[in-house]
Amino acid sequence: MLRFIGRRLLQAMFVLLIISVISFMIQDKLGDPVQQMVGQSVPQQDRLALQQDLGLNDPLLVQYGRFLGRALQGDLGTSYYYKEATLDIILSRLPATLELSFSALVLVILLATPLGVVAAIHPKSLLSRAILIFSTLGLSVPIFIVAVFLMYFFAIEWRLLPSFGRGETTWVMGLWQSGLFNKDGLLHLLLPSFSLAFVLTPMFIRLIRAEMIDALQSEYIRYAWSKGISASRIYFVHALKNTMLPVITVAGIQVGTLVAYTILTESIFQWPGMGLLFMEAVTRVDVPLISAYLMVVGVIFVVTNTVVDLVYSLVNPRVRLPGYGS
Amino acid sequence: MSLLKLENLSVTFGNFRAVDQISYSVNEGEVLGIVGESGSGKSVSSLSLMGLIDYPGKVSADQLTFMDQDLLSMPEAQRRKITGSDIAMIFQDPMTSLNPCFTVGYQIIEALKTHQGGTKKELKHRAIELLTLVGIPAPESRLSAYPHQLSGGMSQRVMIAIAIACNPKLLIADEPTTALDVTIQAQIIDLLIDLQKEKQMGLVLITHDLALVAEVAHRVIVMYAGQIVESGPASEVFSAPKHPYTQALLASLPESAAGRARLQALPGVVPGQYDRPKGCLLSPRCPYVTDHCRNVEPTSQGSLERQVKCHTPLNTQGRPAA
Repeated sequence: MLRFIGRRLLQAMFVLLIISVISFMIQDKLGDPVQQMVGQSVPQQDRLALQQDLGLNDPLLVQYGRFLGRALQGDLGTSYYYKEATLDIILSRLPATLELSFSALVLVILLATPLGVVAAIHPKSLLSRAILIFSTLGLSVPIFIVAVFLMYFFAIEWRLLPSFGRGETTWVMGLWQSGLFNKDGLLHLLLPSFSLAFVLTPMFIRLIRAEMIDALQSEYIRYAWSKGISASRIYFVHALKNTMLPVITVAGIQVGTLVAYTILTESIFQWPGMGLLFMEAVTRVDVPLISAYLMVVGVIFVVTNTVVDLVYSLVNPRVRLPGYGS
Repeated sequence: MSLLKLENLSVTFGNFRAVDQISYSVNEGEVLGIVGESGSGKSVSSLSLMGLIDYPGKVSADQLTFMDQDLLSMPEAQRRKITGSDIAMIFQDPMTSLNPCFTVGYQIIEALKTHQGGTKKELKHRAIELLTLVGIPAPESRLSAYPHQLSGGMSQRVMIAIAIACNPKLLIADEPTTALDVTIQAQIIDLLIDLQKEKQMGLVLITHDLALVAEVAHRVIVMYAGQIVESGPASEVFSAPKHPYTQALLASLPESAAGRARLQALPGVVPGQYDRPKGCLLSPRCPYVTDHCRNVEPTSQGSLERQVKCHTPLNTQGRPAA
């Protein structure tokens, strides 16, 4: 287990190194930092001095070395707009995004699992056809349409749910600003998380259905029937556990998609998370913030995939992690 | 007393009759061998006894009773209770039949819990007992093993343990040794027969292995293209086959071909869905075929104890009687 994690960490570092190169290149190539910092009225002489001070005249490799050195110490640069450390800004927005993605993921699982299983048990029934039509529709409707429609009906027409923002938040252990522990926060979470869940649910319904149909035709399911155990156990224990193996793998990869779509969701619902921050940073050409965002998302992605690999080995006994167990 | 009785049982998939009006019975403590080549309906008929024929397959019968209870008309829930407890089945390939995601112990205890119940400790204790009974060494540690960690022979022993867990009255073994090593086959059969004798179970043994049937079965049924072509006491059927197909099956054994260059075999294959002949289903392959055979399907002659489905059954000299 330890050896596995160690190897995974090495791989993760390599991935992060590549991301850091990209982040750095963006910083260097996306517009003129001095222009961004001081505006129009500063004389040319001061501009050159500032350029020298910022180290922008050094060779590229030296600049990158400096960037990497600082990054390793947790310094991902200073935002042009906020004039604060970018990492601090992003981390302060991280809870909002993580809570949104997490609740969306939970919704995806809660919706897709029963629907996918039902659609697999009686593939030709009306219900499963309806589920399939819904999922095809869901795959083809972009999230901003879904989100806007949800917002229009639930927030504007029926006035049931708030249309923007995060609502009331509470501090958990002084570290984490959470909206999950009061009614207002949860109400605010509903529309954004549903919209975000809408991106992945159709795909997971189809994936679970396909894998489930496969599993149901296997010999061990026929054998399970011959043991006289109940139908629900056969579907939801015997078949579903085998179905989950590929689903978990895909889920790990799709966390990236989910993070990408938080940018859209957060923009639509003015959700004060990393995605919204990123959009703002792009419109303000706040390059250090953009590159810091890339780094943080890279870390999130690598961590979730490592966790998925670990979970996978727990679900599938045939997978033995190198250096773990017998 | 007859444990299982079926009369004119058919299993149809659309227009195709995979099992065509078969009748037989199994008595308590009796070993019934069912033989026939691939595609003759042996497995399908036994799956239908377990209620395991999936849509669009249809099972129909004039009578299908187990211990005088009608299996076809009883409520589904009641039938599910009998399945796996009073009637248990062992499948052909143990490696694919055990669920790869659950431990051996889980799968044994699951069967026990479904039909008998008990505390966690009792169940575990009983599972260990069962594994000991089927000859698995170090049963305590095997409980936490996953199927992929066991050899084929071990897996088959586990399946047998699960099958006998609820003390079935009837055990159906569908080619229980086909997927196993030759060296293991004899051990598994010995185990099965020992358990059958000890528990006085009825055993339906489906197999390709004629020598095995001759050795262990009390009665034997020979199936061809979904029909029973001959049945009777094993010794009689094998020493004096009345049906040309049985004769041909026996002749195809390597032992019968001693000194010859080739094994004796009937030309052709079992007819499929679209090439069923008009008269006797064996007529295209039968060495004794007559025009009558090609046009008129024979009916079963004799009693349930000794039936043969042929226009011209063979006499004791192995020649057509008429």
